[in-house]
Amino acid sequence: MNTATFSIFRGDSNGGKFEDYTTEVSEGMVVLDAVHGIQSAQANDLACRWNCKAGKCGSCSAEINGMPKLMCMTRLNSLPLDKPVTIEPIKAFPHVRDLVTDVSWNFAAKMKIKKFKPRPPDAPDGSWRMAQGDIDRVQEYRKCIECFLCQDVCHVLREHNKHDEFIGPRLLVYTAALEMHPLDTEDRLQDLKNAHGIGYCNITKCCTKVCPEDITITDNAIIPLKERVVDEFYDPLKRLLRLLRPKPKPENDHV
Amino acid sequence: MSNLETATQQRPFGTTSRRDAWWVQPLMVFTGLSAFILYSTWAAFQGAHYHSGPYLSPFYSPELFGDSPHNWFGPKPGWWPGWAPFSPALLILWAPAGFRMTCYYYRGAYYKAFWADPPACTVGEPRKRYLGENSFPLIMQNVHRYFMYLALIFLCLLAHDVWKAMWFADGFGIGVGTLVLAVNVVLLSGYAFGCHSLRHLVGGFLNEPSKAPMCEKAWHCVGGLNRRHMLWAWMSLFSVMFADLYVRLCSMGIWTDWRLI
Repeated sequence: MNTATFSIFRGDSNGGKFEDYTTEVSEGMVVLDAVHGIQSAQANDLACRWNCKAGKCGSCSAEINGMPKLMCMTRLNSLPLDKPVTIEPIKAFPHVRDLVTDVSWNFAAKMKIKKFKPRPPDAPDGSWRMAQGDIDRVQEYRKCIECFLCQDVCHVLREHNKHDEFIGPRLLVYTAALEMHPLDTEDRLQDLKNAHGIGYCNITKCCTKVCPEDITITDNAIIPLKERVVDEFYDPLKRLLRLLRPKPKPENDHV
Repeated sequence: MSNLETATQQRPFGTTSRRDAWWVQPLMVFTGLSAFILYSTWAAFQGAHYHSGPYLSPFYSPELFGDSPHNWFGPKPGWWPGWAPFSPALLILWAPAGFRMTCYYYRGAYYKAFWADPPACTVGEPRKRYLGENSFPLIMQNVHRYFMYLALIFLCLLAHDVWKAMWFADGFGIGVGTLVLAVNVVLLSGYAFGCHSLRHLVGGFLNEPSKAPMCEKAWHCVGGLNRRHMLWAWMSLFSVMFADLYVRLCSMGIWTDWRLI
């Protein structure tokens, strides 16, 4: 059986270092399998978070050879094994221990986003009617598994630590799912511009590159939201039209 | 400033754990855009060899004032300051340049390649301060949709140039130059009609596009082109440069335009 070396970050918020572990690898293995092998045979105290091993729970996010990835979805045959494979915790959030970080900021920030506010029901039984085509756009955003790899790779959070001013790609996708929902009547544009800092995004598309669910985050969520913010705050023609036209009823479309 | 203590604070410029050649893509973007900027600036200031027979270089179209038969309002205007260099391209190139400068794709590309903001995903940056597109000057990028309106007008004018490029001194015909200008218009159209702002304005602003079938159809069409916006952006960039070069070299007598029909 072949062997491969994994250079895993060991330590906590006070500091740490990379430690090398050599373990047996075989066809079909993913990085998480190797980490489990190391955990059971060589480093029983190695902390790592995982759950489904199927790319659906979003728990095992880490940086593998410097790129944010899910450990359970990164096959070893996709990595060069002639050199040690580096495995690090994601960097945009406080480090807890080894490969574990505290991602609770995301949930706290999510609470600040205005909730779904549907229009009055379309039918007497309290139900609504939606066209499939209208809901398809929102379905893409709902594929998100909250692995927070997009938050990790976003340089606004990762390098510039703007957590108080910018909610990051994941929460912009969440906002897009609400804001573009065919039933929703809430207005989140003021928040997007100010409290959520959408202007900080400079469209590097790194979030789209690392998304394990292949959500086209930048093109389909962030840029459409930026355009809605432009409609509301930066387009003089739209402003003029709004002055001349009566404000749409809540049931109608957003503009 | 944030008070969230993250795993690592900002790392030095260029620092990364990535093993791949992350610098290749920004280097290619830097090289490609630099080549275009250098060539187009040089070509715009020439003020000569921008037309040949029925062909007019896209860098000089529309020719508002100039010496060629394509001009709209006559030769160089008298009010043009004597100390300032004159070229018909200088009067109009700001519009397509503004469209590309404020394009969502190019923004992301040149922020990385020219400003290292970031140099590539998960690579350390040279600056600590970051304002993004939240304040001046980059907040001006929000003007993109107005440049898009102008770009659509330019497309109509360039399409008209293709029509004029089919009428030679001896009547109707098609030369290699006609095809070069036509392909250029097709590629520019693929780029402009895939614009993110256009996608929003034709239907993306609606939460229920199914209630406006024309908008829904247009939104899907623009979305189809938008999926390959980067590819259209680069192909059209090189095609417009090549179209100018073709007309220029024909005008200088270095290349001979072949008549196909």
